[in-house]
Amino acid sequence: MNPFRLLAEKPWLRTPQMAGGHTVEVSQASLVPPQKVALRVFLGVVGVLFGLFFTAYFIRMGLADWRPIPEPQQLWLNTLLLFLGSISLQWTSHVLRRGDIRLVKIGLLLGSLFTFGFVFGQVAVWQRMTAEGYYLYSNPANSFFYVLTGVHALHILGGLWVWTRASVRVMAGAAPEKIRLSVELCATYWHFLLLVWLAVFALISYT
Amino acid sequence: MTSYVPIADQTHVMHDPHTFITKYVWSQDHKVIAIQYASTAIFVGLVALTLSAMMRLQLGYPDTFSFINPANYIQFVTMHGMIMVIYLLTALFLGGFGNYLIPLQIGARDMVFPYLNMLSYWFYLLSVLILLASFFVTGGPTGAGWTLYPPQAILRGTPGTEGGGIVLMLVSLLVFIMAFTMGGLNYVTTVLQARTHGMTLMRMPLSVWGIFVATILALFAFPALFVSALMMLLDKVLGTSFFMPALASLGQVSEHTGGSPILFQHLFWFFGHPEVYIVALPAFGLVSDVLSTHARKNIFGYRMMVWAIVAIGGLSFIVWAHHMYVSGMNPYFGFFFAFTTLIIAIPTAIKVYNWVLTLWHGNIRLTVPMLFAMGFIFTFIHGGLTGIFLGNVTVDLPLSDTYFVVAHFHMVMGVSPVMVLFAAIYHWYPKITGKMFNVTLGKIHFWATFLGTYAIYLPMHYLGFLGVPRRYFAIGNTDFIPDSAMALNANITQAAIFVGVMQLVFIYNIISSLRNGAPAGGNPWEAVSLEWQTPDTPPRHGNWGDKLPVVYRWAYEYGVPGVKDDFVPQNVPPEEVVMEAGAGKYIDRSEGHYS
Repeated sequence: MNPFRLLAEKPWLRTPQMAGGHTVEVSQASLVPPQKVALRVFLGVVGVLFGLFFTAYFIRMGLADWRPIPEPQQLWLNTLLLFLGSISLQWTSHVLRRGDIRLVKIGLLLGSLFTFGFVFGQVAVWQRMTAEGYYLYSNPANSFFYVLTGVHALHILGGLWVWTRASVRVMAGAAPEKIRLSVELCATYWHFLLLVWLAVFALISYT
Repeated sequence: MTSYVPIADQTHVMHDPHTFITKYVWSQDHKVIAIQYASTAIFVGLVALTLSAMMRLQLGYPDTFSFINPANYIQFVTMHGMIMVIYLLTALFLGGFGNYLIPLQIGARDMVFPYLNMLSYWFYLLSVLILLASFFVTGGPTGAGWTLYPPQAILRGTPGTEGGGIVLMLVSLLVFIMAFTMGGLNYVTTVLQARTHGMTLMRMPLSVWGIFVATILALFAFPALFVSALMMLLDKVLGTSFFMPALASLGQVSEHTGGSPILFQHLFWFFGHPEVYIVALPAFGLVSDVLSTHARKNIFGYRMMVWAIVAIGGLSFIVWAHHMYVSGMNPYFGFFFAFTTLIIAIPTAIKVYNWVLTLWHGNIRLTVPMLFAMGFIFTFIHGGLTGIFLGNVTVDLPLSDTYFVVAHFHMVMGVSPVMVLFAAIYHWYPKITGKMFNVTLGKIHFWATFLGTYAIYLPMHYLGFLGVPRRYFAIGNTDFIPDSAMALNANITQAAIFVGVMQLVFIYNIISSLRNGAPAGGNPWEAVSLEWQTPDTPPRHGNWGDKLPVVYRWAYEYGVPGVKDDFVPQNVPPEEVVMEAGAGKYIDRSEGHYS
């Protein structure tokens, strides 16, 4: 769908498809499930949200009172966990296409374990930072650290809610094709949040 | 996804809700949600209207009313602006008209995610309730100005800072943005995925185009408000220093360190300027449809209208700093933003010319919606011209803090969108309710509103030239402000009270016509677009009965030579078009004029 060609259409003319039996082909766009379109738009919104946080981060970093924070080593472990979570969901949607429900269950379980591991890992990092005296309000670098990781973790939890619904349906014996869309959406969302996390991580390390 | 069936081909019948609760309260029907959105928005709009009357009473008759003091005056200003811009205009155009018109005008049975749509309304209602709650907390609502500039927005001494007014304001905004995102995903996906057979994007009515592009703008602009509101909330509640600089306030050194208030302004206006077009683009779309229908002529330059909507939408993201000329910036930035700002005049002027050319040689029917639509052309040109003044840095600097700016933005994004809202409400009222409104009351409402708003805002330009500052509780004895300015202020207040009271005529008309109005029939305006072709009026759940309509042409087939009714609905096949005796066969425009 080339947007320029699309916008160049002359609607007051009879279009070629309209000749003959008045059947008009459904445009290519509508062959994609609406959930996928909505998710892409939503990822755009989340991307803009984090992009604006990043912009604010850069501007604020240039001001005089910014004190860099040490980068907790545990974040590398958490990154690995989220990466594995993302891989698991991708693998799940792959085995789902083959219709092997036993592997699907394993994939969903692994995905959730890794992802919960990531979230608890983040909580552990927050606790250690607080214990070491890096409070939310003591320096703008700390503030951004907590806000960026917190907003990111909230988005992960939102994804886990969709994941839970798909898992419940699998456990209740739903046919693989019934949950395929949910799993594919989850996988896409996880990959995106992994990318966002890598950006956040890079930014935190950049101080 | 081999198993996926496009929405226009899905055959399963929709579930009909049976109980009163699922039909009218927890409803997932886009039409009910639209009415819920619209009623809530109009209700808070009336609250904001009352607040503006209070402000005008103080300005017109200073030292007269003991219940208005400097603190609550600035609270009225703040809440009036915030409610009007976000909770009324955004919600009514997108939540109200977006919800009602998108599925009906593209030939869908409902939004693609009805449950999310319902959730969107209830989150919106929650945000409104949180906002209204701030009127009842200690210290009242925030008085930070609708732009909520730090540091004063959260410093002690600003009204609403100590009792929680500002916290409620920020939380309400966050909830509103979540509500809008749910609705917005729905509007965009529905337009892209749920169009019926034959409804190509370029055959959509301009209403849908305006709402569609505005929704995309809103989806990508509201995150900026979300980020700024969240960070300011943390500054206020947890003592961070995102925006708050180190300062001493009321004799105490604050706990904040070197945050950047200018950063907030950038984030706020990165949302704030697209917000102007989030309100304006749906208005442009709706008014195009009203003008074309009542002028019995196809919209002039349909493609150009679509391109202009898209171009304005794109440009609106790179002009935000023209709201910040007085904050100070690198002169080259000022030049850049003045340049982009003035470029927006080009697509906007294209739209205005096309509206006027649509009227030219039209068979104009001066119905109530048409009066409001033509009134809009006047007020919009007027507000747009003063925008050219203010877009230039050197002209803006002396005028920025005066009533000239108040006059400008009220003409361009207050009165003009509201004129369209009235046009649209009167235009679609017969479809929404099945009844015709009282025409005489409608015309009284129009003339009172149109002339009345000119009586309010035209003099304000002169006050601005005199240098009368805005936001001030009282001007007092100032050398450069003559007594005549005070007299003018009193006159403006009289006009404002008059216009405010005359809105009761409108409220009375739409409520009493529900009961007393004459049955309107399915297509009282003889309109082409799909929503007027529904089998039932008002449309039932599912909109189209058993079969979705098939679209054969664009939404502007008016004044067609030889056709008996002078218009051809979008869903009538060419061979079924009824011709006048001796006029021959219905000729497609492509055959008649172009090939």
